[in-house]
Amino acid sequence: MNAVACPECEAEITLDASVESGEIIVCPDCGVDLEVTALNPAAVQLAPMEQEDWGE
Amino acid sequence: MSKRLRIGVLYSRVRVEEKWIFASLERRGLDYERLDDRVVHFDMDNPEPWRQYDAILERSISYTNGLYACRIFNAWNIPTVNTAAVAEACGDKLITTTLLAKSGVPQPHSRVAFTPESALETIEAMGYPVVLKPVIGSWGRLLAKVNDRDTAEAILEHKAVLGSVQHSVFYIQEYIKKPGRDIRAVVVGDKVITAIYRKSAHWITNTARGGEGELCPVTPELEEVSLKAAQAVGGGVLAVDVIEHPERGMLVNEVNHTMEFHTVQPLSGIDIADTIVGYAVNVAQRKA
Repeated sequence: MNAVACPECEAEITLDASVESGEIIVCPDCGVDLEVTALNPAAVQLAPMEQEDWGE
Repeated sequence: MSKRLRIGVLYSRVRVEEKWIFASLERRGLDYERLDDRVVHFDMDNPEPWRQYDAILERSISYTNGLYACRIFNAWNIPTVNTAAVAEACGDKLITTTLLAKSGVPQPHSRVAFTPESALETIEAMGYPVVLKPVIGSWGRLLAKVNDRDTAEAILEHKAVLGSVQHSVFYIQEYIKKPGRDIRAVVVGDKVITAIYRKSAHWITNTARGGEGELCPVTPELEEVSLKAAQAVGGGVLAVDVIEHPERGMLVNEVNHTMEFHTVQPLSGIDIADTIVGYAVNVAQRKA
């Protein structure tokens, strides 16, 4: 099972099977943005904060 | 025997758009590599490791990273979608404005000043309300609708004191009372492949700011203005944002070079990711 702990609130999050490395997910408990940094085993870290030149 | 094409996808985050792009590349059986812009580095004396790519599809979330990477690739004659020149033209509102004006593309009236004092004088001459926009920025960030002189003085001072030097390029646009929506037209090459309305009760209608999408017919007027705008900035894979002016008709507000299409793809039913990949393949074939 691809389960990780939220680094912010320690909630256990089960990753969807379609999640890819590099994808951003939202912690269902605390709402923080998390970046999936690895799969098998899964790992997440706090996603980078939006910067001034981000966009389209 | 023809050479197998190899495409690099430069990205920062795997958003739903990147997932769709990767899925299209895999469905097509293409040889591709994911290039995280936080990890890649360039030896300016040694382009060889990068010459394996016949084209780079640039999907960086950071305008700066994407632009500079494309500049390097293009200097090494590695084609990018879009080119560095197009990224620069679209990423800076002032450059976009000058290119649209040069090509006679209808757009909102705008003025530019370099000091808070001259900006205030300009705003007073234009009349209220006006919109102050950062020349570089996206997702509707830091747009300010200025309704009166007090607000103008406060915002100009804040920009000059708190902002980077770029915030002292004061880009002032007329405020247009749009009908609670604007239009996003998706241009790939010489075709407008689809368009949506972005609706919001707020004057900022970006879907990144909560605006909702609805399919918009591609009328001859929309097609003409969108293609003209796309050509004006150099062409490629572009999202042209259009405002409907009650008297002057369709005005091009901005052109985006690394468009998000999480709203428009499901609404239109068009596989935009695959269309973009098809365009990148054509660019790669021209180089190979």
